[in-house]
Amino acid sequence: MAPKLCVLCETAKAMLRRPKTGQQICRDCFFYVFETEVHNTIVEAKLFKSGDSVAIGASGGKDSTVLAYVMKTLNERYKYGLELFLLSIDEGITGYRDDSLETVKRNQQQYDMPLKILSYDELYGWTMDAIVAQVGRKNNCTFCGVFRRQALDRGAAMLGVDHIVTGHNADDIAETILMNIMRGDIARLGRCTAICTQGEDTIKRSKPFKYAYEKEIVMYAYFKKLDYFSTECIYSPDAYRGHARAFLKDLEAARPSAIIDIIHSGEAFEVKEEVKATQHVQQTCQRCGYMSSNPLCKACTLLEGLERGSAESGLTERARKKLEAEGPTPENIRTIPFFNKTPSGNPGLSIAVEIPA
Amino acid sequence: MSSDNLSLKIEFGGGLELLFSKQRSHNITIPAIVRKDDSTSSLPQENDVETKPADITYLIHHLRDHLLKERPELFIENKTVRPGILVLVNDTDWELEGEGDYQLKNGDEIVFISTLHGG
Ligand SMILES: [Zn+2]
Ligand SMILES: [Zn+2]
Repeated sequence: MAPKLCVLCETAKAMLRRPKTGQQICRDCFFYVFETEVHNTIVEAKLFKSGDSVAIGASGGKDSTVLAYVMKTLNERYKYGLELFLLSIDEGITGYRDDSLETVKRNQQQYDMPLKILSYDELYGWTMDAIVAQVGRKNNCTFCGVFRRQALDRGAAMLGVDHIVTGHNADDIAETILMNIMRGDIARLGRCTAICTQGEDTIKRSKPFKYAYEKEIVMYAYFKKLDYFSTECIYSPDAYRGHARAFLKDLEAARPSAIIDIIHSGEAFEVKEEVKATQHVQQTCQRCGYMSSNPLCKACTLLEGLERGSAESGLTERARKKLEAEGPTPENIRTIPFFNKTPSGNPGLSIAVEIPA
Repeated sequence: MSSDNLSLKIEFGGGLELLFSKQRSHNITIPAIVRKDDSTSSLPQENDVETKPADITYLIHHLRDHLLKERPELFIENKTVRPGILVLVNDTDWELEGEGDYQLKNGDEIVFISTLHGG
């Protein structure tokens, strides 16, 4: 069988079929179209301006590793004028995060970018290993998600950057749209499809891979021989997301455009005003200064529960009332250092639902 | 065919190697002619068993039966790889090579990469 030729350059052997378009293309044309599409996403959404400092949320996994490589490539090729940093959060999970951080440290050398690692232990005084030892394996993902979001913002503030980019890809976003629909969480639909989100006093966050298929990210990493780490978090299994993911992969196998079609559907939802009204107005946490929809932010609430030996109190109303009945917050518990981030840019949308990278 | 066996180089990536003794690279030998039903038990001598040249569908069954150490459902589903696993034949996307019907040749390098592990 004669090798199929690339439909773009018509000279080299086709090496992959693009899931988005069905085109059969060669390795070099693939690099070019993949990078150019990310560039177009960045330009069309006006994500950056010259002189911006940008932190790449780096987990050592495939998406953030490819993102770091592509951001560096595009910044040089198109002269974005960005100062790029790697920002990693160390959740304190032995046998998982310590290994993936080694990958990030190698990326720091390979891509010649400054790296900041902020640990839960440093910020909250608790590692995930210690949290799991107290709360068990049922609600640990809630703690991890809340703590990670705030840690990323605080790490970015320490680096003095304007912007965090994360490796969330088209598959992740389609998956989150499905999950929000299945949960009836229509208010979050619009926000989870937004390419860029910004809370009142948090740092701008965006997803340059919003339209990049996971298959292409993995192929890109494979063809470029990029160094990434791939193991599931040992505490993870988010069963609900797992089902959404398996369902999406089945859909994609039958019709590859399904992923982009779901994103377009999510974008097309117009959320009615009364649905939006049920979302809380954003304010600032009294204790730590982080953005919050209540007097006490979620991280401070969870941390107080851990410190007072009642982890449940951060999770359910009933347990919180019980803890309050035991008396006021003791003076000597550990709290999160006060967050001093001066508001920058225009206050836009509030935070989208967290998509674990 | 000069030989009755095919030597293949198999690579696992993206976390899939965890199911295969945590080893990324394997050199294996499989029969050039196999049972059409993809059963990996050895070919009987009688002539009434239908056969075919070894293809990737057969290889997937062979890997499940002879190399995989745990959780086969994370590797194989409905006689093919689980959705979300990429397959490359000599560095080319198997979707360009006929997927499971690709007839294996001696010395082929087949790569399986999971896309399902965290980013
Ligand atoms: Zn080409
Ligand atoms: Zn707080």
